[in-house]
Amino acid sequence: MTSYLSIEHVHKTFGEGPTATEVLRDVDLHVERGEFLSIIGHSGCGKSTVLNIVAGLLETSTGAVILDGKEVSKPGPDRSVVFQNHSLLPWLTVRDNVALAVDKTFKGKKSAAERREWVNATLDMVGMGHALDKRPDEISGGMKQRVGIARALAMEPKVLLMDEPFGALDALTRAHLQDEVMRIQSDLGNTVLMVTHDVDEAVLLSDRIVMMTNGPAATIGEILEIDLPKPRERLAMADNAEYNHYRAEVLRFLHERHKNPESEAA
Amino acid sequence: MMSAIIDRTMTFGAGRERPAVRETSTAPVARQTAPPARSGAVPADPGVWSRRLRNAATVVLPPVIVTAFFLLIWEMLSSSQGAVLPAPSQVVTDTWELIVNPFYDHGGNDVGMAWQLLASLERVAYGYALAVVAGIGLGVLVGQSTWAMRGLDPLFQVLRTVPPLAWLPISLAAFQASNPSAIFVIFITAIWPIIINTSVGIRNISQDYVNVARVLRLNGYEYFTKIMLPAAAPYVFSGLRIGIGLAWLAIVAAEMLIGGVGIGFFIWDAWNASMLSDIVLALVYVGLVGFFLDRLVAIVGNWVTRGTQAG
Repeated sequence: MTSYLSIEHVHKTFGEGPTATEVLRDVDLHVERGEFLSIIGHSGCGKSTVLNIVAGLLETSTGAVILDGKEVSKPGPDRSVVFQNHSLLPWLTVRDNVALAVDKTFKGKKSAAERREWVNATLDMVGMGHALDKRPDEISGGMKQRVGIARALAMEPKVLLMDEPFGALDALTRAHLQDEVMRIQSDLGNTVLMVTHDVDEAVLLSDRIVMMTNGPAATIGEILEIDLPKPRERLAMADNAEYNHYRAEVLRFLHERHKNPESEAA
Repeated sequence: MMSAIIDRTMTFGAGRERPAVRETSTAPVARQTAPPARSGAVPADPGVWSRRLRNAATVVLPPVIVTAFFLLIWEMLSSSQGAVLPAPSQVVTDTWELIVNPFYDHGGNDVGMAWQLLASLERVAYGYALAVVAGIGLGVLVGQSTWAMRGLDPLFQVLRTVPPLAWLPISLAAFQASNPSAIFVIFITAIWPIIINTSVGIRNISQDYVNVARVLRLNGYEYFTKIMLPAAAPYVFSGLRIGIGLAWLAIVAAEMLIGGVGIGFFIWDAWNASMLSDIVLALVYVGLVGFFLDRLVAIVGNWVTRGTQAG
């Protein structure tokens, strides 16, 4: 049985000798094509480490990541990342930030005109077509993250990696962007791996939620399948019994079975 | 040269602050002049003009008042009995010919002040240009490679404390000519802050940008041009700004020793001829040119690094 994206028995230890800390122990995860998968857990549980390993930004200590039949160990445009703090290059305009990714990914595959067209199309898709020539410091945090999402999507990745993509945004902007991501994902059918600590976000957006145990040596505690029809309406979900059941499941896991180590100490 | 090092660290901090300070002082003026432009057909009401005048006055008046006060004190001190230095009024009368005829050329060293300054600026331009190229190159190397840093940094730390003029004899011996020696002194004076600031800028490149570059799989050249240079540019430019200041400081001293046309030797020559007014005039020019060089690099820096400070 081979999945589209397989994380095969990944261990990760930082440092060496007596100061070494084991962050991940035997993380084994299989993601199907077109699936939206969230990883949730308390801060410090290593969920971002999982994402960075898939992105190739970190190396595994043992184990491997296999995407579409090939082992991946280095970063690449087939696994584009939406960073938590958007990470736009402040010296480039909105258009140029996306164009840098597009030109690099599609050089030789698309003509210059096609690439320009594609940059505009992706920015239109995230609703940023009006701000092409603005610089990142001239637009709001939510807009920056839209551009960050456009940059990642524009590379047409096999899997889109999102590292707490809405964590730095206010609640209203966050809700708005979550709706956009749901819409885009249902339009394009992307495979998405998202790290989050927001229970509602995870239940609303995901097909499956991976719940991580607390570190050190964190691993997958439980996987929850969210069997709610898509598209999901934020407002309708508030009164949906199933939705609330899933939500309670996640909360129970996080707050009963794997309490935040910090709150326990307090 | 110790003072130059202190200067380096102090200006390093100030360089990042100064644009902001300047912005707050000029921004209100710009913002308040905007409404009448937008209203178009509506004639500017007198209130706007008086406000604009008041804003201009708050910027221009303090330096004018302070300078006038300073000149007055100087005039009074120099007019007293037994004063050795000329008063400002005396300086202007003595040097009036030099002020109104900056471009005369009587051959040899007897040329107008503009030619003297241009000769100095030419030497600074050569020396500084070499320092920029070599300094940024070495700064990138030291910033990128830990091995290069460990190897070169001690050398840099020792060499940068050598006073500019101490290099002159050895460069005269090496080049056997005065002009290249002066250029070398400028080069060796200006290069250290450029190297050091560039390497600090490279070291401080945010891990976020590095990650973006890795995900996009930028190659070395693309990383250098698209990420490294723009990310380090604010640091590089504060190095360049300190460098141009040091270069202009060193040229006067170097020219005093090598002779020929140039503002440094002009000062030395005037001293030998006891023409103190000429010296005062030359000092004013040296100060003004130094100020404009500093502003020029700052303006280029602000233009190049626009947007990179915020994020």
